[in-house]
Amino acid sequence: MMNTSVSENKHVWMPRNFGKLIILLAILLCLSVMASLIFGSRMITWTQLLDGLFHSEVASHEASVVRQRVVRTIFCFMCGAALGVSGALMQSVTRNPIADPSILGVNTGASLFVVCGIAFFNISSANQYIWLAIAGAMLTAIFVFTVGSIGSGGATPIKLVLAGAATSAILSSLVVAVMIPRTKVMDQFRFWQVGSVGSGSWDHISLFIPFLIVGFCIAIFSAPALNALALGDDVATGLGVKTGTIRLLASFGGVLLCGVATALAGPIGFIGLLATHLIRLIIGPDVRYVIPLSAFAGAIILTIADVCGRLLGSPSELEVGIVTAFIGAPLLIFITMKAKMRAL
Amino acid sequence: MNETMMSIYNSRMKRKRRFLLMTCLLAVISIVLMGLMLMLGNTFYPVKDVVSVLLGEDVKGASFAIGTIRLPRMIVGLFAGFAFGAGGYIFQTMLRNPLANPNVIGITAGSSAAAVFCIIVLHASNALVSIASVVGGLLTAIVIFILSKGSSFSIGRLILIGIGIQAMLNAFISYLMVIGNTHDLPSAMRWLSGSLNGAKMENLYPLIIAVLICTPIVLFLASRLEILELGELAATSLGVAPNKTRLVLLLSSVLMIALATAAAGPIAFVAFLAGPIAKKIVGVGFSNIVPAGLIGVILVLAADLIGQFAFDTRYPVGVITGIIGAPYLIYLLIRINRKGDL
Amino acid sequence: MKPTHTFRAEQITAGYDNKTILQDVSVTIPSNKMSIIIGANGCGKSTLLKTMARLITPTSGQVTLDGQAIQKMPPKQLAKILGLLPQSPIVPEGITVADLVGRGRFPHHSFLKGWSKKDYEAVAEAMEMMNITEFADCHIDELSGGQRQRVWIAMALAQQTDILFLDEPTTYLDITYQVEILDLLTDLNRKYGTTIIMVLHDINLSARYADYIFALHEGKLVAEGPPSDIITNSLIKDIFALNCMVIEDPVSNSPSIVPIGRHHNQIDNIAVKTKSS
Repeated sequence: MMNTSVSENKHVWMPRNFGKLIILLAILLCLSVMASLIFGSRMITWTQLLDGLFHSEVASHEASVVRQRVVRTIFCFMCGAALGVSGALMQSVTRNPIADPSILGVNTGASLFVVCGIAFFNISSANQYIWLAIAGAMLTAIFVFTVGSIGSGGATPIKLVLAGAATSAILSSLVVAVMIPRTKVMDQFRFWQVGSVGSGSWDHISLFIPFLIVGFCIAIFSAPALNALALGDDVATGLGVKTGTIRLLASFGGVLLCGVATALAGPIGFIGLLATHLIRLIIGPDVRYVIPLSAFAGAIILTIADVCGRLLGSPSELEVGIVTAFIGAPLLIFITMKAKMRAL
Repeated sequence: MNETMMSIYNSRMKRKRRFLLMTCLLAVISIVLMGLMLMLGNTFYPVKDVVSVLLGEDVKGASFAIGTIRLPRMIVGLFAGFAFGAGGYIFQTMLRNPLANPNVIGITAGSSAAAVFCIIVLHASNALVSIASVVGGLLTAIVIFILSKGSSFSIGRLILIGIGIQAMLNAFISYLMVIGNTHDLPSAMRWLSGSLNGAKMENLYPLIIAVLICTPIVLFLASRLEILELGELAATSLGVAPNKTRLVLLLSSVLMIALATAAAGPIAFVAFLAGPIAKKIVGVGFSNIVPAGLIGVILVLAADLIGQFAFDTRYPVGVITGIIGAPYLIYLLIRINRKGDL
Repeated sequence: MKPTHTFRAEQITAGYDNKTILQDVSVTIPSNKMSIIIGANGCGKSTLLKTMARLITPTSGQVTLDGQAIQKMPPKQLAKILGLLPQSPIVPEGITVADLVGRGRFPHHSFLKGWSKKDYEAVAEAMEMMNITEFADCHIDELSGGQRQRVWIAMALAQQTDILFLDEPTTYLDITYQVEILDLLTDLNRKYGTTIIMVLHDINLSARYADYIFALHEGKLVAEGPPSDIITNSLIKDIFALNCMVIEDPVSNSPSIVPIGRHHNQIDNIAVKTKSS
């Protein structure tokens, strides 16, 4: 397995490059916020930006665009952070470098439940999407983990990925089956399905916050135990970790975060993979640092991807889910090519 | 003849009889389904009418319904089913893993993406769509094989890379679907799940020709494929050139699968299910290319009949095969994991 | 009796992915004899075997059979003369033992023809020789490691080649099966005169069963000859960096080595004993 060795002792409380990384992330964060506010099908100038942010009496079109983009950016940040942490949690729980909600098929599970909600129960508010998506994500995650961990060696990357791909294939057949007789649903769903943060609103954000807090708390709380889990179940038990409980808790946190993000923004893939790998590459495998920093990295990556999508798709926009797939899939391929086959 | 020889001979003959018997049975079922495809529809036509239409006689009403609607639908189901079944079996055998089939590793996604691009962006002619889907499928296959070459070839790596490529291709298809016009959607939906709707005879010739040319080629190589199953080293020492054989098998099966995808969309799971089901039914020890192809035909035609007539809404064939195939896929995954082959 | 062949590797250099493992090695395989290649891990034993069995193309030099370069011979033709049992062959799912052994007949088949009487004969003979007739209709997964290995050897036998390569045929087997396999291979060599070339880890078993030994060290051939001529403590020291005593195997009178570690050292006593006796 990659990157799961213990970090060197002398670095335990302060990973190498930690200070520099924090500064770098802070700068990137600011830059991505600026970019997200300024770029788009309509470019915003500096004064217009200030007007929109601080002079609520200015009612120009540009100012209202800026205000909309503020919402979008905050929403995007929250989604990115949630997906980043979710990826870090899932990778730690499975001791598997390529665990990501999208690869494990969890997104498709959320999709199916949402589509069924739209089609059979006339559900249209984000409030109700959330619970459906979380339920769908949970059930799928449990199912995929179960199928993937059968047999010797537990949940190896290849087994897990195949279980995920197979489950995705099945679920998407079901999604299509539900949609085909219902043109209206198809229309409503196809935009949700691509994954976009453009639809974010203050309502979404206030709905998101409690879930985000719960998920982050679980993640931070379970991080030290996950560090022990990285050494294998036997060693972790020897170190006094209740492996079963911690697995359950951490997976719950991971699924909760990606379920909510999926419900509100649609299935956005590969953020968990990208953020976590980038962070681990820089500071090493200590989960206690990887988790919070993945949140930042996820937020930054998703925001930049969103900006890219807006610029590339101009005058309309390229949905962010498409952009992340195009950045993330090559990374998956790269990891696979580099990995020792023994680890797969 | 000594005793050992007799017993080996007898048990082999027994299995050969079962193989032949079951293959014939599969052929008969395929023919029955083909007949049903022609007889059933808005109006039911008895066998007599169907036969006379096929013989070129003019039967009032039936000639149009059968000749221009049902016959092309049946033909595309027949050839696409065979192509998916046989092609999928070849992939699975060659890569020694039932999960390594064109659906899972993204080759059909490559064909779909190329075809959808031609339809939505270029508004291209059907001929161009066929060519593009073959090129798309072949390119995807080549890219996957090159990337998974590495220091040592491994099936696990190939599958993971295939899944990565597929994720990108699917994102691309989703994007095309979003920018496409609403009135293009139903026809584009075919590229997500596969459908036999609206098949026209004149669009089917590439597929028919490919299947008729490639089938003899792969049958000729069938015994080599069996030897390849023993691994590269054993194959070389038995006088099979692994790379050359693999290349020809790969090209022929990708050609068939890509054209089938162009004609009917990536009908879910047929390429994946046909091989293992054929193995279950006809047994192991003889080349299962033809039985797997026949299973493919049966799956596609039966699923299409179910999709057309079993529900209030008409479902495209891919949705039905997707749902029928699901439990089997899960079962197979669980079994493979239990055995610990991966 | 199998015909005599002149089979040699001429100054071959070979390896994987730009990494040279074998350097400038020349060997002539004694025909109708049992030869064993020994050496430490990574010394190029397997590479030499695979290059001679045309699984690896040498970067320079060539392998010749009766004066003809093997890379230029038609593969099927060559497969009737040269057979190989790889180290970890792959078992296709669900295949029966008899069918698997029968796959060794591939080079003798012509297009579209089913099994001939000769094929059945060859399969039956190979299975009888390896004592696996009772498993004919079993699936491979039902067999034990030793039984499985006999099935693979039977497949190589059914190929009816004059020369047979085996890459560590006794690895992972209990000592009982190791001896059984080596006995069976000796039967094969004595009964038909099949030339056998194999890689073996165990030096003592190699010395007992081999007519001729090739010793490799770091990609070079350092010694060759009948075991009694070349197995000396200085050779073992050279190729394994291990101090040892060479004694006479009381069963076969072949040389046998006893390693000397840092502890338990009774050598002086033994020396004294030998002197006094």
